[in-house]
Amino acid sequence: MVTEHRRAILGDAVALGLGTGVYAISFGALAVAAGLSAWQAQALSLLMFTGASQFALIAVVASGGSAVVAIATSTLVGTRNAFYAVAMAPVLGARGPRRLLAAQATIDESTGMAARYEGDRDSARLAFWATAGSIYVLWNLGTLIGALGAGLVEDPNAFGLDAAAPAAFLALVWPRLTSWPMRAVALVSLALAVILSPFLGAGLPVLVAGAGGIVVGLALGARARESSG
Amino acid sequence: MWPTILIASGAAYALKLIGYVVPQRWLDTPMSRRITALIPVALLSALIGIWTFVDGQAIGIDARVPGVIAALIALILRAPFLIVIITAAAVTGVVRALGWLP
Repeated sequence: MVTEHRRAILGDAVALGLGTGVYAISFGALAVAAGLSAWQAQALSLLMFTGASQFALIAVVASGGSAVVAIATSTLVGTRNAFYAVAMAPVLGARGPRRLLAAQATIDESTGMAARYEGDRDSARLAFWATAGSIYVLWNLGTLIGALGAGLVEDPNAFGLDAAAPAAFLALVWPRLTSWPMRAVALVSLALAVILSPFLGAGLPVLVAGAGGIVVGLALGARARESSG
Repeated sequence: MWPTILIASGAAYALKLIGYVVPQRWLDTPMSRRITALIPVALLSALIGIWTFVDGQAIGIDARVPGVIAALIALILRAPFLIVIITAAAVTGVVRALGWLP
């Protein structure tokens, strides 16, 4: 049934929002621990709204890095959003002011959810907007809770919150790994990113590894539409 | 601190917007369609690797690894999203609390 299908997408969007909301608590707490005010932590979640870049920025600030390094690092980490936008533009078909909103909504999770519905444009659009909306609200709520409660918890990672993000991303990629070429893309990208990390600065391993994975995928003839997941 | 936050946020938004401003016909070739379809899987997988096995710039095994393996098992068992995420955090938290892994 169509409505049941839509409800399932909305359910996943809310679940993903809750998962990242929990992760946002650790962001808020770590941001304040790094020396930001609660308002500044909140501004990052409201305006920047791309988790990995936010974590990268506060990591540089916490280690005493300069403003230039903090900006450069967070920007480099956020470069992948440009590629997500390229992938999402034909799916969303957004024009005018909607395009400005679509840009802010373009993050790992919304793109990943939309990508699960390759070939089904209506579902992909619903997944994109519902996920972005759910995460925007809960990511900011989590940041607020974490920033205000920063003093109460000594180490947010004690609760294993740092495993929430990779687990959420694994859940996003999982339905796409139905063919061996796609699995090869995922495994090569994952392995390359890890291997390159000691040698390349923040953000670069992800981009180089992603490029490597895509080259492998093209060579193996990976087709994105092999399964609708 | 405020200029840093505002400039970095502006740059993050500009990057997100670039992809929507590029004329679609530039990207409307079979090759670029195949590449854009692979982008989410490739980049998300790279992030999974870094957020599981890398701390700062050092490769290592810490409590996140059993957490993500637990998430993988939950996915194989067809668990819903939220259960997958909670399972990962719980396993990592417990392994860390017991002092088995940092």
